[in-house]
Amino acid sequence: MSRWQVGVDVGGTFTDVVLVDPTSGTFRIAKVPSTPADQSEGVMGGLRQAAADLPEMTAFVHGTTVGTNAVLERKGAVCGLVTTAGFRDTLELGRRTRPNPYGMTGTFEPLISREFRIEVPERVDAAGRVLIPLDEVAFESAVRALIERGAEALVIHFMHSYINPRQELRAAEIARKIWPNSYVTVGHEVLREAREFERASTAAVNASIQPIMARYLGRLAGKLGDDGFEPEPLVMQGNAGTMTMRAAAEHAVQTVMSGPAAGVLAAARVGVEAGIGSIIACDMGGTSFDVTLIRDGSPSLSAEKDMAYAVPVRVPMIDVHTIGAGGGSIARISRAGLLQVGPESAGSRPGPICYGRGGTLPTVTDANLLLGRLDPASMPGIERAVPVAAVREAILEHVGRPLGMDAVQASTAIISVATNHLASAIRLVSIERGYDPRDFALFAFGGAGPLHATALAKELGVPRVLVPRFPGATSALGCILADLRHDFVQTINSPLAESDGAAFDAILAEQAARGRAIVERERVPVDGIVVVHEADLLFRGQSHVFRMPVISPGFDPALVMRDFAARYRARFNIELAEMRVILVNLRTCVVGTRPKISMELFAPAPSSGSPAGPHAVRSVHFSGRFYETPIWRRESLTVGSTLDGPVIVEQMDATTVVDPGARLQVDRLGNLIISV
Amino acid sequence: MPLDPVLLAVVHNGLRQVATEMDLVHEKTSFSPVISEGLDRSNGIYHRDTGEVIAQGEMGLPSFVGVMQFSTQSVMERRKDIGPGDIVLLNDPYLGGTHLMDVKMVMPFYYKGSRWCWLSNTGHWPDTGGMVPGGFTSTATEIHQEGLRIPPVKLFRAGVMDDEILQLILQNIRVPEERIGDIKAQVGALKVGEQRLTELLDRYGADVVDQCIVELKSRSRQQMGSHIESVPDGVYESVSYCDSDGVVPEKLAIRLTMTVRGSEIDFDFSRSSPPCRGPMNCPAALTRSSVYVAIKHIFPDVPINSGCFAPLHVETPSGTFLDAVYPRPCAGAASEVSQRVIEAVFLAMGQAMPDRMFAAPAGTSGNFSLGGWDPEQRRAYIMYMFSGGGYGGYWAADGLTNGCSSIGISKTQPIEILEQHYPILYEEYALREGSAGPGQHRGGFGTNYRVRLLRGEAKASFLMDHGVGGPPGILGGGPGGCNELVVHQSGSETRPLHVSKGEGYALREGDFIQVRTPGGGGYGDPRKRSDEAVAADLKRGYLSPQQAAEEYGGNRRPNLRASIGQAAQ
Repeated sequence: MSRWQVGVDVGGTFTDVVLVDPTSGTFRIAKVPSTPADQSEGVMGGLRQAAADLPEMTAFVHGTTVGTNAVLERKGAVCGLVTTAGFRDTLELGRRTRPNPYGMTGTFEPLISREFRIEVPERVDAAGRVLIPLDEVAFESAVRALIERGAEALVIHFMHSYINPRQELRAAEIARKIWPNSYVTVGHEVLREAREFERASTAAVNASIQPIMARYLGRLAGKLGDDGFEPEPLVMQGNAGTMTMRAAAEHAVQTVMSGPAAGVLAAARVGVEAGIGSIIACDMGGTSFDVTLIRDGSPSLSAEKDMAYAVPVRVPMIDVHTIGAGGGSIARISRAGLLQVGPESAGSRPGPICYGRGGTLPTVTDANLLLGRLDPASMPGIERAVPVAAVREAILEHVGRPLGMDAVQASTAIISVATNHLASAIRLVSIERGYDPRDFALFAFGGAGPLHATALAKELGVPRVLVPRFPGATSALGCILADLRHDFVQTINSPLAESDGAAFDAILAEQAARGRAIVERERVPVDGIVVVHEADLLFRGQSHVFRMPVISPGFDPALVMRDFAARYRARFNIELAEMRVILVNLRTCVVGTRPKISMELFAPAPSSGSPAGPHAVRSVHFSGRFYETPIWRRESLTVGSTLDGPVIVEQMDATTVVDPGARLQVDRLGNLIISV
Repeated sequence: MPLDPVLLAVVHNGLRQVATEMDLVHEKTSFSPVISEGLDRSNGIYHRDTGEVIAQGEMGLPSFVGVMQFSTQSVMERRKDIGPGDIVLLNDPYLGGTHLMDVKMVMPFYYKGSRWCWLSNTGHWPDTGGMVPGGFTSTATEIHQEGLRIPPVKLFRAGVMDDEILQLILQNIRVPEERIGDIKAQVGALKVGEQRLTELLDRYGADVVDQCIVELKSRSRQQMGSHIESVPDGVYESVSYCDSDGVVPEKLAIRLTMTVRGSEIDFDFSRSSPPCRGPMNCPAALTRSSVYVAIKHIFPDVPINSGCFAPLHVETPSGTFLDAVYPRPCAGAASEVSQRVIEAVFLAMGQAMPDRMFAAPAGTSGNFSLGGWDPEQRRAYIMYMFSGGGYGGYWAADGLTNGCSSIGISKTQPIEILEQHYPILYEEYALREGSAGPGQHRGGFGTNYRVRLLRGEAKASFLMDHGVGGPPGILGGGPGGCNELVVHQSGSETRPLHVSKGEGYALREGDFIQVRTPGGGGYGDPRKRSDEAVAADLKRGYLSPQQAAEEYGGNRRPNLRASIGQAAQ
């Protein structure tokens, strides 16, 4: 019996589909243009292209940008907010900031507009005591007023509900009776953590994307069902876990960063199976460069991310650092006469000059073309062929002449500055957190990742680059690999030395039980359930917490304290023995592990007979001169092949560049391992 | 030989990153919430011979942009006996400083045996002793009342901390135990800088980096120069006012004559008010630095190094309150006077090129401190809160609501966190309706908050500004709402004599204070604001029907009458 599993990732430009049958060891891959108006059309198109027979499929996992885009473009559902008297404007005031350190301009639109925010008498203090009981009559009329004004989703957000949620719960009970649909978001249910603005923002993000996710996922599930798919489809979460579509519609905020999380997860797994546990995952596409640090096979998560200016989301998400740099980044000369690449991007419209979609400003892709690294004949984005001479002239005009360089020198300079910019993003996620990038391998994916990875590794002193079998389909692959996952947090805020470990064990056990119950309700086949407990700690007086794993049952405050001091010393080289340790939050992560799929499945067939040769030779520029460079097709590389740079490997959705002096080897899984 | 443009860009990023990493370590490990939440700190690299700024962290507090180089220069002048492993500590406002709470560390950096540059940083300590917990006095008449004044002393000698100096400091400040943590954080940041800079020099070579620094300085100068060339030549005059000095109830005038000539600008403040009795005197280094911050706000893309400020000439305003000399008190300079200086520059530039400018922002840090005893927790506390206000409308849009001070990038603390720590209750923390300066593009809104003391006794102090006149508008836009401050004690209301300043207000259980912060100035004639925009403001409760009628001429605009009528009900 076949056990086909489907992973689908919808990106800005392409929708990628990966089909895997672990029992027979077969897989299929498809790539179709995304359909932004209704992403489900692209998904179904991709499934058709992959010839997916839906009744035969046992699992469907989806990475989507529907929710993220709705927030970024402020196209979410119309939401209403009912909150504690005196705090109507929390979402609009934020934390007293401005968009940039310098410059007094810029604007901000709160996720919920002021006419949709209503106050009611109600107040709990910081110790959880009720100072003013909920005025239920006022609350009910506030909810009715919001329905009348046309709000589709409701947020209930009361002060200090993380410590005493009873008034919020009572309000939710009233609201759920009269609200015309199920879109009621309750602050402490989304995030049981102090900081009223961050909790309100997280709840508002949830509410504003909930109806949109529900509609989209409902539509998609319907189409899948019509075509004979029976099990409940799954959705990727930003924490690199997955959950059912029904749960995703309810906990919509968890789907933020769903796509990047899938890519990072795949990177981690491919790395582990290739025997390289510590990698820096680099996803480079047309407009952005996403970097994530993965240590010992586990990607780091962060609950400190802002989706946009003044839109914090405080649920754990994959810790992706994004900069505006990609193939479409525009090169120009600044007022100071410095060469700058990005952050402005030509995007996919008009795109790089060589795409022939009307672009006139030179981009990174154009520079790569001029240096011979890309072959216009085999690039997927080309709409109308543009003569190389036109690209050369644009690079000369905008970069070459102002700097007194010829076109090739200017192109080299553009690539160097871009590489340096990418390198600084990598330094930020590694060095800044106390890790040396030289202890990692670069994992290059996305359309443009493998093109720059070798140069990037050289710049950073990183010894190895790993290019997976299908760089462009990495996120779709990650969807198939994801486990079910649910996170819980509870604010504690008390000195650790004077605490009772047993009470903490009880809280952590309750979180674990809630997680187990959700996993069981989801009825997705799992191998087992793994529970991980963590604590956020700080020294009294500080405000930045330090997260670390803890053991429970058997939470021992003295042991945790010693462990914390040691980890703090290792990170910051600072000893603070005289300070009191405060336990800020307790966290639990519950993972339902799905059956593992081995990457061996994607390994190319062992070489049969004489190895095929390069399909072409092209003149490619590296460090100061042109080299006659063999061009290989990825499909013709067999396990164990070794090639010395310069060499270029082309495949449907990516081009891998191996510089002179570097050596490429194909490992047993079909990955390209480049020694720099 | 001209420098390789790629190398130049790489070294430029590398130097900035050293400073940024120093900022990050400083912020993440410090205990002072003013640093960890408020980001009231700055780290940078300074030239070995001139002390001029080579690079400063982009997320460092703007007000330290120029100041740090001046305090580094003071150390260079006064301490000729500095060697490897030494770290000099100082907070003297008269030596290129700000106020006593900003404590600086200056460390020589050696590369291959010779001094290559200085690494310096500043962190705002929550207390340095003095008559008011937290240091924001508004009534001191000499610096000795403001706190402990530290000349350039070696806190570290050849890598070893001088415990005698440390003890001398700790015994003279409040809540000393957490300051040890802040000192470690500040030193930790310098050490990270040392490590990263060594790596950078190893990689590219000290000579090459030196050449790059010279080149980057000249590029920044050129870039700033080209911006200034786009400003029409001319002499522009502006004036902005501080409400009072906190002691004598009279306005203080900052009178600026700004002369734009080609690619350079002269700033002359010599007609400003004479030195004042209260703590609103401003050290000349801070006056100069404030001009730099203002210009950087107007032309944000010029990278920070000494070249960026070379085209700006600020004469020392001798004989005015903008050149504080010993023993003049200056506790209000860093948070308030500096913002008035910035405002004067904004106003002058608003005349020179109104189509590319913004109206005045709220421009006060809204310092509110509360010191008392919590009988439930059985502990003494010092609470410090700052607040935001509206930004000015500008050529493209309305001003931002609840923006942070022009000299800062700090976030306010969450109300839930403040209530966890102190025996207080915020009954309201809201957008201040009606506070935006009217205009075609109106200002942003200030905030309105009410804090009640829940238990015990406490004393409240305020150091704010813009209570007498609101932040001005430009091109026909109106001013934003004035700062308002009311203290409610046992049922009676007090408005401070100095409007936005006052200290020592005794609060008992149940007493409360109400603060309303300024809105931003408006940009352009309010009658040109679209009907739809005014109607939306009415619907959101941003404006009262009366304001719509009076400030926006609503009764003479047929499309608005219905909206006004509706809002009035």
